[in-house]
Amino acid sequence: MYSEKTPHDASVVTDETMIEMRDVHKWFGQFHVLKGIDLTVYKGERIVICGPSGSGKSTLIRCINHLETHQRGQIIIDGTELSEDLKDIERVRSEVGMVFQHFNLFPHLTVLENLSLAPVWVRGMPRRDAEKVAREYLERVRIPEQADKYPGQLSGGQQQRVAIARSLCMGPRIMLFDEPTSALDPEMIKEVLDVMVELAEEGMTMLCITHEMGFARTVANRVIFMDEGEIVEENAPSEFFDNPRHERTKLFLSQIL
Amino acid sequence: MTQPSQRSLVVKPPRASVGVIGWLRQNLFSSALNTVFTLLAGYFLYVSIPPLIQWALLDADWIGDSRNDCTGEGACWVFIATRFKQFMYGFYPDTEQWRVNAAFLVLACLTAPLFVERFRYKMSLGLAIICGYPFLGYILFYGGFLGLPEVETYLWGGLMLTLVLAGIGIVLALPFGVLLALGRRSKMPVVRAASVTYIEIWRGVPLITVLFMSSVMLPLFFPEGVTLDKLLRALIGIVLFQSAYMAEVVRGGLQAIPRGQYEAAEALGLSYWKNMTLVILPQALKIVIPGIVNTFIALFKDTTLVLIIGLFDLLGIVQQAFADPDWLGFSVEGYVFSGLVFWLFCYGMSRYSQTLERRLHTGHAP
Ligand SMILES: Nc1ncnc2c1ncn2[C@@H]1O[C@H](COP(=O)(O)OP(=O)(O)O)[C@@H](O)[C@H]1O
Ligand SMILES: [Mg+2]
Repeated sequence: MYSEKTPHDASVVTDETMIEMRDVHKWFGQFHVLKGIDLTVYKGERIVICGPSGSGKSTLIRCINHLETHQRGQIIIDGTELSEDLKDIERVRSEVGMVFQHFNLFPHLTVLENLSLAPVWVRGMPRRDAEKVAREYLERVRIPEQADKYPGQLSGGQQQRVAIARSLCMGPRIMLFDEPTSALDPEMIKEVLDVMVELAEEGMTMLCITHEMGFARTVANRVIFMDEGEIVEENAPSEFFDNPRHERTKLFLSQIL
Repeated sequence: MTQPSQRSLVVKPPRASVGVIGWLRQNLFSSALNTVFTLLAGYFLYVSIPPLIQWALLDADWIGDSRNDCTGEGACWVFIATRFKQFMYGFYPDTEQWRVNAAFLVLACLTAPLFVERFRYKMSLGLAIICGYPFLGYILFYGGFLGLPEVETYLWGGLMLTLVLAGIGIVLALPFGVLLALGRRSKMPVVRAASVTYIEIWRGVPLITVLFMSSVMLPLFFPEGVTLDKLLRALIGIVLFQSAYMAEVVRGGLQAIPRGQYEAAEALGLSYWKNMTLVILPQALKIVIPGIVNTFIALFKDTTLVLIIGLFDLLGIVQQAFADPDWLGFSVEGYVFSGLVFWLFCYGMSRYSQTLERRLHTGHAP
C-alpha cells in the first residue's frame, strides 16, 4: 500500500520527552471516556494507536492539543503543562499539528491561503515568507500545481495532503493524525500514507490513529491498543501483531486483519 | 484528445425542443395546468398593463408649475417635478444642498472600486471608508467646520434622510448583530445570557414602539438640560432594534459551519477572535447573505416609521406635500413615486447580493 522505503530504525528516537500523560481521566457527562491514561512519548517516536470504534482514541489525542479538556491527571507537552491558561494552550497548539479524518480545510480560502493563514496570523510571519514556505510544503506533498485552487476543487487525497502541509507550515514538533485515510477512496490512501512515511523518515514525532496495519508495521516504533478508555496493550509492531498478549487485542486483530 | 471518427453522426436536436417554439413549449405549455396558468397570466397582463401605461406615461402631464398644467386624464407628474427638491433634501437650505450631493458623490466614488471584481484591496478600502467617511459625512451634512454653516438635523429630510438613516443603520447593525450572535453562542454563561436577553427583548417589540420610546421616554432619563438630537435618538433605536434581527440571521450562519472548521483553526493555534474573523465569520456570513440583505431591505423600508417622531423621510415628506392646498388630490402620484424610489434601492441591494453570492462561491464545501 505504502512506499517501499523503510524509515530509519529506532535510532532517531531520543530520550527527550515530548508528551507525558499521567493518569489522565476524562468524562463526557457521566460517561467515563478516558480511564487513567499513562503515556510517555519521546522525541522522534512514531506511535500508532488502534482499537475499536468508541474506545476513546480520538479523545485521547484531542486532549494533547486541548481540543478536549481532561478533568484529572497531567498532560505535559514539550515542557508545558496543559492547564486552563490560554497562553499555554495556544503555545502548545502552535507546536502540535493535527490532521483530521475529514481534512477540515477552510473552503473559502485557496490552498495557498489555507497554508499561510496560521504562519501569518499566529507566528506573525510576513505574508511573502509564509507563502514561500507554503509552496515548499506543497512541493513536498507533491501538489505544487494546486496552490491557487480552492479545497472544493481537489480530490480527497489531495485535500488530505494539503491538510498535512497546512500543519507542517507551522513547523510543529509533534504531529497528530486522527484516522487520516479512513475517509478516502482506496486509490487515494497510498498517496497520503507516502507523505506520512516521508515525514516519519525525517524524524517527526508522530501519533497516528489508523487501522492501516501495513503502515503501522513499517513506520511505528510502538503500537498502542485501546479499549473502553484504557490502554490495554502496547508493544513494538512485530510483537504486537505476531504475539498479542491480551484477549481483547487478539479479538480486535482477528476482526481487522 | 481523440478525433471523433468521420462516421460519428452529428445529430441535431429535434426541432421542437430548440428555438422560440421549443422554449415556449418547454416553459409555457408543457402541461394542461401550465397552459391554463399561462393563459390566465396573459389575460391578467392584458387587462392591467395597457391602462397603467396609458395613465403613467401616455396621458400623463410632465411639464408645468401648477395643477392647472395637468389635464387630469393621466398622472400629474408636475406635482413631483415642482416638489422634487423637497422630496430629495427635505428642508435642507437651497444654498447648501450641493453639500449633500457632494457627500453622496464622494461616497459613490469611494465605494465604486468595491464593486469591481478584480480590485484586490477591498478589505482595506472598505475599512478605510467605514473609519474615515463618517467624519467627512458629518462635516458635509451637518457642517460647523471649514466655514460650512451648520444645518440642524430637523431640516434634514426626504430621500437624503432616508439614505442617512438606512446607511448608518446598515453599517452599524451588521457588526452589532455579529457580536450578539457570537455572544449568544459564547461558552461564557454571562455573555450568553446577556445576548439572549437583549435579542429576545428587542425582537419582541415593534419598531414603532422603539422609536416612540427613544423619542419620548429617553429624554426623561437624561438630566435637565441635556438633550440628544432627535435624529440621533431615532438612529440609536433603529440600530438597537435591527441588530437583534441581524444577530439571529448571523447565528443561523454560524450554526451551519461544521465543528471541524472551529477545531482545525484552534488546532493551528488561532485565538478565538482570529478564528472567528478569519475562518468562521467569512464562511458564516457568506451563507447568510440572502438573510442579511433581507434585513437590510427591511431596515431600509422601516426608516419610513421615523415619521411618527416628526422626522420627514422620503415617504413622510411626500405625504406631507399632499396637505398643500394647491396640490390636493395627487396622493396616487406621490405614492407611486416614493414606491418606485424605494423599490429601486431595494431591488439594487437584492441584485447586488445575488452577484456577491455568485462571486464568493468557491466550489463545494468539503
Ligand atoms: N463531545 C462528545 N460528547 C459526548 N460524548 C462523546 C463526545 N465525543 C466523543 N464521545 C463519546 O466518547 C466515546 C469515545 O469517542 P472517541 O474518542 O471519538 O472514540 P474513537 O475515536 O476511539 O472511536 C464514544 O463513545 C463517543 O460516543
Ligand atoms: Mg475517532
